[in-house]
Amino acid sequence: MIGLGAETLAGKEERMKRLCLLVAAATVAAAPAFAAEDTITIGFTASRTGPLNVDSTGQERGYQFWRDEVNAKGGINAGGKQYKVKFVSYDDQSVGGRVQQLYTRLVNQDKAQFLFSPYSSGLTAPAAVISEQYGKIMIDSGGAEEKPFELGNKYLFMVITSASHYLSGAVEALKEKNPHARVAMVYSDDPFSKTVLSATKAQAKAAGLEIAMDESYAPSTTDFGPVVNKIISSNADAFLGGGHYSDGATLARQMHDQKADMKWISILVAPADDKFAELGAAALGVTVPSQWEVQVSYKPEFGPTAAEFAKSFQDKFHAKADYHVASGYTSGMILQHAIEKANSIDPEKVAAALNATDVTTFFGHIKFATDPQHHGLQAAHEMVLAQWQNVNGKLGRQVVWPTAAKSADLIYPLSAATH
Amino acid sequence: MPPLLRRPFFWIIALVIAVFAIAPAIGNNVELRESLLLAALYITLASNLNVMLGYTGYVNFGSIVFFGLGGYLCVWLVSSYAWPLGASLLVAGIAVGALALIFGLGILRLRGAFFALATIGIVEAVQAFAENFTPWGGSAGIYLSSAIFQPMGGPARALWSIYFLMVAVMGLSLYLSYLIKISKFGLGLLAIGQNEDAAAILGVPTPLYKALAYSASAFLPAIAGGLYFFKSAFIQPSDAFDLTLSTEALVVAMLGGQGTVTGVALGAYLYEELRGYLLTSETFSNFQLVLSGVLLLLIVLFFPSGLMGWIYSRFPCARKVLE
Amino acid sequence: MLGTLASIIDGVLVGLVYGLAAMGLTLIWGVMDVINLTHGAMIVGGMFALYMLASALGLPPYLALPPVLIGAFCIGILLYWIAIHRMVGRPPLMSLLSTFSVNLVLIGIGTGVWGTALFNVEVSVPGISMGRYTFPGAHIVAAVLAAVVAGALYFFLHHTRLGKSVRAVANNREAAELVGIPTTRVLAVSVGLGVALAGVSGVLIGTLFPFTLLSGDGYQLKSFVVTVLGGFGNPVGALFGGVALGLLEGIVTPFVPVSWTLVIEFVLFVLVLIAFPGGVFASRRGAL
Repeated sequence: MIGLGAETLAGKEERMKRLCLLVAAATVAAAPAFAAEDTITIGFTASRTGPLNVDSTGQERGYQFWRDEVNAKGGINAGGKQYKVKFVSYDDQSVGGRVQQLYTRLVNQDKAQFLFSPYSSGLTAPAAVISEQYGKIMIDSGGAEEKPFELGNKYLFMVITSASHYLSGAVEALKEKNPHARVAMVYSDDPFSKTVLSATKAQAKAAGLEIAMDESYAPSTTDFGPVVNKIISSNADAFLGGGHYSDGATLARQMHDQKADMKWISILVAPADDKFAELGAAALGVTVPSQWEVQVSYKPEFGPTAAEFAKSFQDKFHAKADYHVASGYTSGMILQHAIEKANSIDPEKVAAALNATDVTTFFGHIKFATDPQHHGLQAAHEMVLAQWQNVNGKLGRQVVWPTAAKSADLIYPLSAATH
Repeated sequence: MPPLLRRPFFWIIALVIAVFAIAPAIGNNVELRESLLLAALYITLASNLNVMLGYTGYVNFGSIVFFGLGGYLCVWLVSSYAWPLGASLLVAGIAVGALALIFGLGILRLRGAFFALATIGIVEAVQAFAENFTPWGGSAGIYLSSAIFQPMGGPARALWSIYFLMVAVMGLSLYLSYLIKISKFGLGLLAIGQNEDAAAILGVPTPLYKALAYSASAFLPAIAGGLYFFKSAFIQPSDAFDLTLSTEALVVAMLGGQGTVTGVALGAYLYEELRGYLLTSETFSNFQLVLSGVLLLLIVLFFPSGLMGWIYSRFPCARKVLE
Repeated sequence: MLGTLASIIDGVLVGLVYGLAAMGLTLIWGVMDVINLTHGAMIVGGMFALYMLASALGLPPYLALPPVLIGAFCIGILLYWIAIHRMVGRPPLMSLLSTFSVNLVLIGIGTGVWGTALFNVEVSVPGISMGRYTFPGAHIVAAVLAAVVAGALYFFLHHTRLGKSVRAVANNREAAELVGIPTTRVLAVSVGLGVALAGVSGVLIGTLFPFTLLSGDGYQLKSFVVTVLGGFGNPVGALFGGVALGLLEGIVTPFVPVSWTLVIEFVLFVLVLIAFPGGVFASRRGAL
């Protein structure tokens, strides 16, 4: 067991670990009073019902997968103790109003020592208020919006790339394929999508692309017919936008149904889910910014490689790991790393260790901003651009950008993807 | 007002307020405080809804608009103009009360289900407006920095102050709905509830009375909204104008017995505790919707006059003490 | 210009389907003064029936209509006996709450079975192009079918014995009872019809757009708007109301930022309610 856990660790650290474990084992053996199992309680809410259910499930499975793996390896080591990880979690019903109530309960009643974020920016912001009020560390893998990080929060840490960078890869790639592209930006009227697209607008302008349309729609929109006609009228040949799962998938289908004839389509979030394949022909050629894809090839300093991660997840959950799963798992891994570095579960010491974190995992490079204006914001992780392509007659996502990380060539224009 | 002080129900309300204020303060029980804060919020919303629903019989799905608008005004004044909390709350309450008077004179011409539909329309329209209104941050809403709690002695102490304010608002709501009930104004409202045309013929100025009741029922929820969202340090349209909260307030009023002060308050308290339990219990969290649905259906079908109706029929003497 | 025209035509096509959905709501309302808050859930029921029949069993999507029509009718009868029978003639709040609670149960069960993920049914009907703009085939077929069902309902209400009794009960229940119409049975049939219409419109909407278990709320709200535009208790008016809503969305979208459409829609909704409490295309109350 111990050997298995240590295998992935390198050199000196490995020996330290073993020493720690030995010491811990010796202590336990010597003093039966310590035999009672030590646990760390981590609290979070997940959207098990409500509109955010699909994406949130991936994230929650990532958390669970990490917990099971850590506990199978004996737990987290700190201060000479082996802590088993225990979760307390509730259903936030995808409603912001419930989140604060539940996080308050997690802290006060369930005595959670650390917190994970709910899914989506809209739910993470209210949760972060509670974690700050009570001085608990919260690892954020579900809310990419920057705003909560500009309020001087001390205990909030984001492991994923933040919203303003979501579509910068898409803009670069599009510029390379067509420097005179006319872009239609149509996006959901929610905090996350708005932040993404307002940054994208600046990036597209700087790249010399023309903005043919810039509009947001209500997140509850179900019929995009008039919107798609408006896109056609704007003479745009590239589409950047979307929001969360339902609206993004519906947009893709209606652009296809109404033959909008775009040469380029980038949609947020929705196409990163394997369910997107249900759209059939409407999915072909659509690109999506992704926090992580199976094909990435980072050299992890500890923890599994991308391929190992994907395989063991598949074996356990009989589902493919997408980026929500991977980012959820990474939350746990980074927290564990910081606790072990701090050698304590004291929030101040762990926060200091998180501030000093600078590591590469299967998920990519992780490092947090430490200046007061952006404290806790992700400063190193980079996204890739994935495209839905025909792989051996089946629909699948391929990494197409940046070129250094690509697993297939980018297909442009879109119509070429159908052949 | 000595006659009022001689009524036992006046002292019962005082006792409830005292219990709310003191119970969590013993032993600094933060957990109890949070649960009672939500109960106080529900009691506030339901009691004020009851002024319209229970007394005049008008079904208002839009009570949440007052709560949300109050929250927005208060948070906006605090964040953009650095107003102190007290002043923001007061201004939010008065502004929303005035707005309700205007709304009220318009939509209270409608009766029955037409009125109910119009109130749904108002919620949706106001929410859609807030999503597009840039000074309020549009759909992203307004964030307050955690530094806003500093003048109140840091988050830990500020949360206590907010809690006591909320209990005060709850107390005022209970007294307001009690005072209205025993006043001539309240009799006029009850007459409207019985038969509006007859009431008008008998000289009750129905349009004015309805609009005043509507406006009065907006003031305290607006302040409660201000407090709630100040505490959350974050407000966005989908939370501020959530139709489910409106519906829950209706359900609560039904559960306790519309038109009664005690019943509605008791209903709100029980509902909040029950919901908290269902939402967090291992066994029921998956069935909570089904369970609350079945429960509600049974109440509507078999106990249409609610908890108080049942108590009154079993213990007729309770009618004298509990309003 | 062509773009605006295309949006307007598409608006009318989709509006017909919204109109059909609202007919179910307005029929029940007209006959017994009950606002059926399970309406949205019943529309979603139609969508999921479509998904199961079309995607799981491989049936052509439009063949889902007859079984849904019959199934939804039976569910409607059941709904009447569970939640509505005891509420007829009571204050509106009572039936609102009883149907609301049934809605909670339905959504709760649905979440357990399907979750709230997005479902999509592929429909391959060739569309018609007008310049660069295309009207998807599914939109055209759905609009035609909606009009056909609406026509059938009109025929039923005006030219069959049972349909005439429905109208009689809507007009004056006591009088209908006096001339020997079995009113309770007629009320149950009306709820059955209302739910059947919701189910059928659910199938049609499911062929147009992807849907989730929670889509019903949005379509129920749309049905309210349509009902107000078309006149309460007036099924034919509802069809006009639907077209009016579709037209509105089609006309407004090209000129106003999309996110303001909802503001306009609901402000208009409230104003119309206040100005024409009976609805714009209203005939007299009870003239079903």
